Amino acid sequence: MKVTGAEIFWRCLEYQKVKVVFGYPGGTTLPIYDALVESPVHHVLTRHEQGAAHMADGYARASGAVGVALATSGPGATNLITGITNAQMDSVPVVFITGQVVSPLIGYDAFQETDVTGITLPITKHNYLITDPHDIAPAIKEAFFIAASGRPGPVLVDISKDAQMAEIEWEYDDSPVQIPGYRPDLSPLPADLQAAVETIQSARRPVILAGHGILISGAMLEVLEFAERTQTPVACTLLGIGAFPGSHPLSLGMPGMHGEAWVNQTIQEADLVLAFGMRFDDRVTGNLKQFAPKARKIHIDIDPSEINKNVPVDIALVGDLKETLQKLLPALKPARHDEWLDTIQSWKGDSAVRDIQNLPDNGHLYAAHVINDLWRETQGEALVVSDVGQNQMWAAQYYRHEKPFTYFTSGGLGTMGFGLPAAIGVKFARPEEEVWAIAGDGGFQMTQAELSTLAQEKMKINIAILNNGYLGMVRQWQEFFYDKRYSATPMVGPDFVKIAEAHGLTGIRVTRREDVVSAIRQAREIPGTVLIDFHVEKEDSVYPMVPSGAAIDKMIRRPVPQAQGK
Amino acid sequence: MRHTFVALVEDKPGVLNRVVSVFRRRLFNIESLTVSHTHQPGISRITIVVDSDKTEVERIIPYMHKLINVIQVEDLTHEPCVSRDLAMIKVSAPPETRSAILQLVEVFRARVVDVANDSLIIEITGDKEKIDGLVEVLQPYGIIELVRTGIIAMERGIPRLLNKTYENQGVKLPIEYKMVS
Repeated sequence: MKVTGAEIFWRCLEYQKVKVVFGYPGGTTLPIYDALVESPVHHVLTRHEQGAAHMADGYARASGAVGVALATSGPGATNLITGITNAQMDSVPVVFITGQVVSPLIGYDAFQETDVTGITLPITKHNYLITDPHDIAPAIKEAFFIAASGRPGPVLVDISKDAQMAEIEWEYDDSPVQIPGYRPDLSPLPADLQAAVETIQSARRPVILAGHGILISGAMLEVLEFAERTQTPVACTLLGIGAFPGSHPLSLGMPGMHGEAWVNQTIQEADLVLAFGMRFDDRVTGNLKQFAPKARKIHIDIDPSEINKNVPVDIALVGDLKETLQKLLPALKPARHDEWLDTIQSWKGDSAVRDIQNLPDNGHLYAAHVINDLWRETQGEALVVSDVGQNQMWAAQYYRHEKPFTYFTSGGLGTMGFGLPAAIGVKFARPEEEVWAIAGDGGFQMTQAELSTLAQEKMKINIAILNNGYLGMVRQWQEFFYDKRYSATPMVGPDFVKIAEAHGLTGIRVTRREDVVSAIRQAREIPGTVLIDFHVEKEDSVYPMVPSGAAIDKMIRRPVPQAQGK
Repeated sequence: MRHTFVALVEDKPGVLNRVVSVFRRRLFNIESLTVSHTHQPGISRITIVVDSDKTEVERIIPYMHKLINVIQVEDLTHEPCVSRDLAMIKVSAPPETRSAILQLVEVFRARVVDVANDSLIIEITGDKEKIDGLVEVLQPYGIIELVRTGIIAMERGIPRLLNKTYENQGVKLPIEYKMVS
């Protein structure tokens, strides 16, 4: 049967079970968009390609499937760049499709031509430039395979317009992908597994650093069993939140720059650090030379290039985390570490009094109150998508997650503007669930055009803006390290309630602490999307904080007088 | 210290760019780089020499393996291997110095591959030190042009390193696959 390259493209997506594509049409994707009319795939028209990229990213994180974003050549493709990098840094499987100018014009600086495979070479797991319609199907198949297997990541396929238009005889080839140099299926050596068992068994003060890899591998039950059997406390990294139930007695909380003090202290005093699917990011380790100085380290990761990259480890187990833990578990005898767990408990005591929630009400509305109330009102069951900055850290600190795949945020790249579009993608992945986008006033304005996308798709999500009139995290660094010289951080925002209303959505403004709960309840009851503009304390900071480059137990703590109310 | 890496890669457009990017991104300087086809269709072989004082050599293999098109990478620095560089040296050779130059060519077991009125092109194959040696002694006669291919290296005997990983994967060589891009 004769089909065009564009038709082949959509058929390939159907074979990959793609249900939704986020995109923005343009000159070089016209044939693809024309063929879309006949395809069952739902296309979401975004307001900017960056939005499409983040939506596909959020969709992939929440669904476990590969996300797809589609853009035209030139500016369409370059607008994807931030979203592609974001997916790369957080190991999210997204296939990016870009149109390219007709192949005879490639390299001639044609209108809207850009070397997108060149530009995205370092920010994709792999990419393809396709100019022959016969290559479309193999490339799409490989792209999905590469994106989802091993350590996931973004793959870009750039398809020239003439390849989309050409008609060829075609049948789908469903033979398995074979790439000689690609090894997503490594597994640890038996000797290393044995050494790991012995090391784990001899540990007195072990701690698990639980990363994103647990969620990607689906190893939540194995980690739970591991922790309970060996009585090892668990610290979930920012992207590992949800990998271990937040209310579990062995759950410590988040480590690192804005981790709880006792978590960092636990790491520094531990004699064994078990890194499960995490990559020792500098926001977790602080000063590398002083990181976990007393501990032996066992690192389980599927990406061999992560081993010994930041932290030299004693034992490296390269392989899928779930499979690796399944191999380790039968060999592990139950252990008790009562003394160690008691010690950690004693460190918690001091920190709790500094926590803003436990202190007398001084009449001010703090962001922490908002997140805490949201957590209580939603019984910790909502899907929370945060933006980047203070809002992200407060969301991570005060919304406790019991289940996996309930907190979504831009970790590695720290992309402001991620929250709203990612939340749209999350909602597409899990339409039955309650979705809350949490953003600061700064990050929200970066991608607020996607409110139109929400309205056009008639979606229901809830948006909480923690509005402090500052680029809060940068302001906080200026306060601590630049002598309070607030350079370019005060920000005059629009009336967000009116912005919501202009899109046919509901907007609510909250300025007092006592109105938080009722606004949240209202938002949950209203069938359409609701945006709540919380006017929070303007110069509040995220505590505790490890200054950049310091050891993780050298933390700036919330000053006691401020915490106790003025 | 000089480190010699050998990689087998898929023979596709852009693969060299990907490999070089691994070094560029981390500000690792490449001393020499050669790429050529192998006896196996679809597979190219790259030899890269770097200075370990300026490069985190232990990170190169893991980073290279991240590339989808890279099939195999090995560090041959500490393995028994033969390494060769080829140079063509165009040297000024008027009648009064010509015989002296030809004597040097003889001593170094190099070859004259072109003779012009006032110059010669000398071809020499050998390891880096041998070529450096000839260049040094020719310098006083006036080198007009010099080109070197860069180091190529091969393990002695039956290769233990390259191709081993293939067999572990149960993949048979030569691999034939369709060129996608």
